[in-house]
Amino acid sequence: MAKKKKSFTKDTKFAELLTGDRRLLQLLPRFGIGLGFGERSIDHVCQMNHVSTELFLMVCEIYSDSSFKPGQKELQSIDMSDLLSYLKASHQYYLGERFPHIEEHLQNIIEASGPKFGPMLRHFYDEYKQEVMRHIQYYEEEVVFPYIEALVNGQRTDSYEINEFVHNHTNIQDTLDDMMNILIKYLPGDILPKERIEISLDIMELSDDLNRHSLIEERILIPYVESLENAQP
Amino acid sequence: MRNRVIICEASEIIANGLTEIINGMAQFDVVARLDSPEHLSEKMLATDANLLIVNPTLLGYVYKDFIAQLSKDHPQVTVIALVTSCLDHSFLTPYDGVIEINDSKAKVIDKMNEFVQNETTKKNDDVELSKRETDVLVAVAKGMMNKEIADLMNISIHTVISHRKNITRKTGIKSVSGLTVYALLNNLIDENDLL
Repeated sequence: MAKKKKSFTKDTKFAELLTGDRRLLQLLPRFGIGLGFGERSIDHVCQMNHVSTELFLMVCEIYSDSSFKPGQKELQSIDMSDLLSYLKASHQYYLGERFPHIEEHLQNIIEASGPKFGPMLRHFYDEYKQEVMRHIQYYEEEVVFPYIEALVNGQRTDSYEINEFVHNHTNIQDTLDDMMNILIKYLPGDILPKERIEISLDIMELSDDLNRHSLIEERILIPYVESLENAQP
Repeated sequence: MRNRVIICEASEIIANGLTEIINGMAQFDVVARLDSPEHLSEKMLATDANLLIVNPTLLGYVYKDFIAQLSKDHPQVTVIALVTSCLDHSFLTPYDGVIEINDSKAKVIDKMNEFVQNETTKKNDDVELSKRETDVLVAVAKGMMNKEIADLMNISIHTVISHRKNITRKTGIKSVSGLTVYALLNNLIDENDLL
């Protein structure tokens, strides 16, 4: 079994964190952390940008080590509104940047696929996009997050409980993986191979990112909300 | 080789009953019993089990990934859901089969034999979809529900689920819309079937 690697602390140099795992770079805009931090420590950079150091470290840990699970005590130290704004910024990043980028590639592939396969790829993607929007916008942002915000403010509603949450959750990644399989394995080989490789790499990255995103919801958001639910009569 | 079974069930009454039935069968031994999924993975390694029977309600909100991960980590193990309460059928997709609380003793024995039968075929034909699997795939692509497919093909729902699991394992495609595209690309159906 692999030895658990030493995790970073708040005094680690911020830049060191990024050389350790370059994927963490994509987290910076979601936390509102700008570049140009020089040799400053993680704690220093977080404070400069008004980001909770504890939350930032916790999210980084989950990103680079998928087996990481914060303890009850660590969970208590974070601020729920920080976490929610991080999650919303991630959603914005997926919907506003990643998906449109993938769509652009896909549009070319659809056009090159002709009347037999093109419309069916379009239909598959449109359906998928709707599912993503349903989950992220209409479900998480309009049902789950407002519920949590109310709970944090001491208001308990009977209409929803956090343990209903994950049931709605894995489909988004599954379908994304399906899309990649279709593009790589099953669409006839002569249709824009170069573009298909590019889009597949983008999809893998997004899929990986979404996977970490779910882990953050499952390991930080849900346990935290559960403890809030249990604390109330 | 004898089949080695782990039962993961919180109710002593149910676990004892099931153990009694299984140990009464010629080729099966219950090698471990757990009342929570906590040390399941280690237990499976330690006992070299090839069949796991687990009550899905024990797994709480992590259930779906847990079973999928478990199947990935222990590909040789057939994972069976022990359903003791009303449960949406979509919860059972990650499982290889289902035993229900009101199954008769004879039915449980039949199912157990069928599970290990599936397991042997599982190793042999790993590439192409079988005729039955193709039929199920076409029905799924046309938008039919498991229950409808079971009625149409005159098989049980758990057999449909097991076929669907094999289809996904072979094609790498999980979603219904993905399977529809797959079926279209391979000329198993055409656009008119979707109307």
